[in-house]
Amino acid sequence: MTLLSVETLTVSRGGLAVLEGVGFSLEAGRALVLRGPNGIGKTTLLRTLAGLQPPLAGTISMPPEAMAYAAHADGLKATLSVRENLAFWAAIYETDTVEAALDQMNLRALEHRAAMSLSAGQKRRLGLARLLVTGRPVWVLDEPTVSLDAASVALFAAAVRAHLASGGAALMATHIDLGLEEAEILDLAPFKARPPEEGGHRGAFDHDFDGAFL
Amino acid sequence: MIALLTRDLRLAIRAGGGFGLGLAFFLIVVTLVPFGVGPQGDILARIASGILWLGALLACLLSLDRIFALDYEDGSLDLLATAPIPLEAVVTVKALAHWITTGLPLVLAAPLFAVLLHLPGPAYLWLEVSLLLGTPALSVLGTFGAALTVGLKRGGLLLSLLVLPLYVPTLIFGAELVRRGAEGMAIEVPLTMLAGITAATIALVPFASAAAIRVNLR
Repeated sequence: MTLLSVETLTVSRGGLAVLEGVGFSLEAGRALVLRGPNGIGKTTLLRTLAGLQPPLAGTISMPPEAMAYAAHADGLKATLSVRENLAFWAAIYETDTVEAALDQMNLRALEHRAAMSLSAGQKRRLGLARLLVTGRPVWVLDEPTVSLDAASVALFAAAVRAHLASGGAALMATHIDLGLEEAEILDLAPFKARPPEEGGHRGAFDHDFDGAFL
Repeated sequence: MIALLTRDLRLAIRAGGGFGLGLAFFLIVVTLVPFGVGPQGDILARIASGILWLGALLACLLSLDRIFALDYEDGSLDLLATAPIPLEAVVTVKALAHWITTGLPLVLAAPLFAVLLHLPGPAYLWLEVSLLLGTPALSVLGTFGAALTVGLKRGGLLLSLLVLPLYVPTLIFGAELVRRGAEGMAIEVPLTMLAGITAATIALVPFASAAAIRVNLR
């Protein structure tokens, strides 16, 4: 079953096209890793897929309410405990998998600590545990392994593998080899937007001027 | 939705949440006025309704920039925007949380502070009614200013400039209601206008605020 399919997608950052003609599809049980140099538009592409910004052109098709997005920032509240942070997102997504997520990301010993007293790697683990409580099939992850040690990367890879085995799918931008040999790799460099002189998109301002403000 | 409300209330009460700051500011403003205009009771009684409303308005303004800025900084606004609850509901719940932590304490403490300004006896009831009806509009209008300035560094002053003009109708009818109550005049017109402004604000502004957040998150 195809969970996410993208056709001839053009995405823009700051009104300028950065990637054009991007197309791929993601089946249930598969993982896709986005690769490309800094500034190529990995984050922009993921934010567009998450619905945080509109695409300049192209189509994204996905079942409704299917995606969980994890950005660079974990969205943790410093004065809430680990458990309170997770319980909040579980309530928003109407799931009850807080206990399983605590165990799976090895946070059980930290559950009553305030998020502000966690280390960077522990915060990241809590941010990834949030994905587990969303119960959404498509994970869209932006650099999920930043500040994780080798053991935590392995923990995360195991969580992704379990997610894939249960019929989910994952799309991630990462530079680290997760040891997920089944993951496909999509190099974004060939999709780099052409400059306007060569017929590329000029950005948000060339056709729909009003639309840029709405 | 209830989870979001309890989270915001919990954050406001815990360290660094800023709960009570608005109330303390209100107290300071009201205490400074007699120092400025002198202790004559008849003058204070005449300006009390206006001062109390102005103080409530400024106290409300003080905490507006926290409504979305903190969530924007730690990335949770992005995550809330992609969550299954609509952004309009997020805005409404956040306005409610702001009102509970800022507006409601003002409503409850206003009669005490009114004593400092020699507010005439019959006006106390109408002071309470006007603040109870008017302060929700201040919080909801505030979300619009907070949404417009959410990505800006040091947007607090700009936020005040954007929001204060929007507070004018509420201020006029709120203070007028108290003044008429103090003088025993008919209060139907300012009362219905104040309630109408608040109802319209609650119904319409969350859509504008949600649209402003969507633009700012791009």
